Amino acid sequence: MRVNIPGTCLGAIVVALAMQANAAELTGAGSSFVAPVVAKWADAYSKATGTQVNYQSIGSSAGLKQIEAKTVDFGASDAPLKPEELDAKGLVQFPVIVGGIVPVFNLPGIQSGTVHLTGQVLGDIYLGKITKWNDPAITHLNPTIKLPDTAIAVVRRADGSGTTFNFTDYLAKVNPEWKSKVGSGTSVNWPVGNGGKGNEGVSLFVQRLPGAIGYVEYAYAKQSKMPYALVQNASGAYVQPDEATFQAAAAGAEWVKNRYYVVITDQPGKNAWPIAASTFVVMQKVQDKPTQAAGVLKFFAWAFNDGQKLAAGLDYVPLPPNLVKSIEATWAHEIKDTSGKAIAYK
Amino acid sequence: MDGASIVPVQARPKRDAAAHARSLHRGGWGDTLFFNLTRASALLVLVMLAGIIVSLVIGSWPTIQKFGFHFLYSANWDPPADQFGALVPIYGTLVTSAIALVVAVPVSFGIALFLTELSPTWLRRPLGIAIELLAAIPSIVYGMWGLLVFSPIFARWLETPLAASIGKLPVVGRLFSGPPIGIGLLCAGFILAIMIIPFIAAVMRDVFEVTPPMLKESVYGLGGTTWEVVWRVVLPYTKAGVVGGVMLGLGRALGETMAVTFVIGNTNLLDNVSLFSPGNSITSALANEFAEASPGLHTSALIELGLVLFVITFLVLAASKLLLMRLQANEGTRS
Amino acid sequence: MTTRESLYARRKFVNNLALSLSLAAMLFGLIWLIWILFTTLSLGIGGLSYTLFTQMTPAPNADSGGLANAIAGSAIMVSLATLLGTPLGVLAGIYLAEYGQKDWLSAVTRFINDILLSAPSIVIGLFVYAIWVAPMKSFSGTAGVIALALLVVPVVVRTTENMLRLIPNSLREAAFALGTPKWHVIMAITLKAARAGVMTGVLLAVARISGETAPLLFTALSNQFWSLDLNRPTANLPVTIFKFAMSPFGNWQQLAWAGVFLITAGVLALNILARWLFSKKNG
Repeated sequence: MRVNIPGTCLGAIVVALAMQANAAELTGAGSSFVAPVVAKWADAYSKATGTQVNYQSIGSSAGLKQIEAKTVDFGASDAPLKPEELDAKGLVQFPVIVGGIVPVFNLPGIQSGTVHLTGQVLGDIYLGKITKWNDPAITHLNPTIKLPDTAIAVVRRADGSGTTFNFTDYLAKVNPEWKSKVGSGTSVNWPVGNGGKGNEGVSLFVQRLPGAIGYVEYAYAKQSKMPYALVQNASGAYVQPDEATFQAAAAGAEWVKNRYYVVITDQPGKNAWPIAASTFVVMQKVQDKPTQAAGVLKFFAWAFNDGQKLAAGLDYVPLPPNLVKSIEATWAHEIKDTSGKAIAYK
Repeated sequence: MDGASIVPVQARPKRDAAAHARSLHRGGWGDTLFFNLTRASALLVLVMLAGIIVSLVIGSWPTIQKFGFHFLYSANWDPPADQFGALVPIYGTLVTSAIALVVAVPVSFGIALFLTELSPTWLRRPLGIAIELLAAIPSIVYGMWGLLVFSPIFARWLETPLAASIGKLPVVGRLFSGPPIGIGLLCAGFILAIMIIPFIAAVMRDVFEVTPPMLKESVYGLGGTTWEVVWRVVLPYTKAGVVGGVMLGLGRALGETMAVTFVIGNTNLLDNVSLFSPGNSITSALANEFAEASPGLHTSALIELGLVLFVITFLVLAASKLLLMRLQANEGTRS
Repeated sequence: MTTRESLYARRKFVNNLALSLSLAAMLFGLIWLIWILFTTLSLGIGGLSYTLFTQMTPAPNADSGGLANAIAGSAIMVSLATLLGTPLGVLAGIYLAEYGQKDWLSAVTRFINDILLSAPSIVIGLFVYAIWVAPMKSFSGTAGVIALALLVVPVVVRTTENMLRLIPNSLREAAFALGTPKWHVIMAITLKAARAGVMTGVLLAVARISGETAPLLFTALSNQFWSLDLNRPTANLPVTIFKFAMSPFGNWQQLAWAGVFLITAGVLALNILARWLFSKKNG
């Protein structure tokens, strides 16, 4: 495949020997929602401490399977586990980041952040009940915008994903027909729509099909500069998706009571973005490899402090400080080594 | 000396085990060793490959038990409700592979013909490498290029004219109806065709080149044209290899994931026969949903999809072997 | 025109038609190649620089970065998988072609081998996960090598058997008549004659596994950092490209296309090199 393989190998071996000296390695896998942030953290952390945290996005369910099988040191999932599941599998979970999902559209001439939709209308669009942009249900919400007589080309995710999980969870909460007909999950039986692969696929479809509507992670929409629509939150207000509104959604939730089983869609609060999402790190309760566990906890403790700026730079929202405190308390309380002692990571 | 002893013992073909062992022994330990080595390799290959199939069956047992044959003809794929019917992916796989073959086989044949008969000698190696380069391009590129660059042009220059011309015909037209958006079964099939051309063309070229020149010369000597030599001599001589090459390409088409998943639209609906409509394929469904599939019926259903793909391949292979046998049986009957 | 002349004219016409169609087919194939390569190049050329080979995969929106760890990991895994799968495939192909015309083992192996030619690579990845990664409780480059080798074997077996069968028996008989033992006939004569075709099979297999993402996803995973330890997740180009191309970050996307260009150029170079090394030296 490469010319001069012997030379490359020799050079590689020399470098590798030099680098093997101090590289401790931790492995994590799971959600792709959180992958860019963890990559950024890992990069900075490795420069600061020399420990390498290798996180790969293989999907939330796959990540859960891996942490159950103990093939990785930590997993990451967009869908939290219920307390009964945590007990049954001997796992503990905690949120690490908050982000948002925005509906994006392709209507030439219409500005980003101006179209208003409610959850009910959004659900009806995805059910195939509302088929044109100038349907009375939509124009009623947008009296000042001239919506064209174009058919709505519905785009959704083809692959299973936490983004779909959170989006369909929101629709199930606000649209009763969606809840009974389709439900929520990382993959659902979509009544209509073309499936794009990944956020990239959805965004490409939306850009290609006139009159298209899709849903992508906010970070993605912002980086690709796609026009997005506003969705009415539980208090009836239309807020812009940004750090403040995502954090408002996270702040209102009852985290500790439910052992972090909270999906932060449709949260109360005047300033809350309705389709916010968070990702959860999942670890084994009883650690066979306490040094690895200590490394993971140390990494996340660092991320909750020094990693905040980096996360914000990628349009993810760091956790509020009191949530961080309760998470660290959970670590001391729940994660123990085989002899029953808490993991010392400080 | 009587006649019997002139003929050496080796030449008398006896098929019993003792004679076989004797003939091996005569070749020395080298022959025995080599024979056992190759036999062991074949056995190892068989074990490995069979192991894959066995693990698939084990993995898909829950859904086989629950749905039985209903899995194959139900179009209802509903993960949250634990209902799984694989008709749409199966249909999509079959249709896209069929389109791919229809386009790729004649083109590959033309390319192999060009490379062996028409092209000047100095051009053969570079052109051959250029075609094989198509196989070197990672499949994700086909997918992304297909979606980003190719599909708008495909929609405008191929689907729209098709819809305007053949689409207006009574029965066949239903295949080309609907909005020509450029993504869907036809686009996926076309991109698959481009992907499998190098496989089929490379194998065809190699087998064409090994045809004994004497056979070709004999027809040239009778005044045959180049085309006649290829059609009546080279192709029949190499038909086993050609079919093998087509199988290689078909295998790639059936099993291709990345290139298909970007452009096929991934819709689990089967409401019309139009090739313009989006669909789903087995590999695309498998790759898209596996990572996030909840353990239990969903994972098992996906593994059963993989098993179905194997069964499809099995059936296609069996059909091609039958075809080959029929063709070979006809050999020598026409004079 | 006499019947003979009109017959000849028709045959000539068919001949010219067929040959011009074959030229058209050749151009058809080349058009796609050029178009795709052009797209790849135009998207990736910004990322092509010396640092591609010296720096490791960066974080999103970082200023610098390369693909060094992915390149190294891929090179090692592809080479090992080819070294593992080719001899096995060639030997099995020899058995099928030379020894196994009539026995049950070859019939079954041949059949199953052909079925596995169309195996979706993700299935192979899952199989290796079940037999290697799960018991070992760790993703590893070794598992990736095994998965890739399992993809190489069917292709090599098929093409080897194909090519060996096409070698006319007269060649073998001539060697036998000189008293050569069978194994020597196969290795020195038949295989040599089929060399080009077998090499094509190997190269096609290498081309395929260089770009395969799915089998590595559940075996070698990937690694953000430099990783030469095959017992741990190993960085590789296809998974990295997949991850980067599907992201919204400009620096990642550019690296993805540069990586695609590298894979294509690498396989091309290997192709040329292999053909030159194994070229038929008729003499």
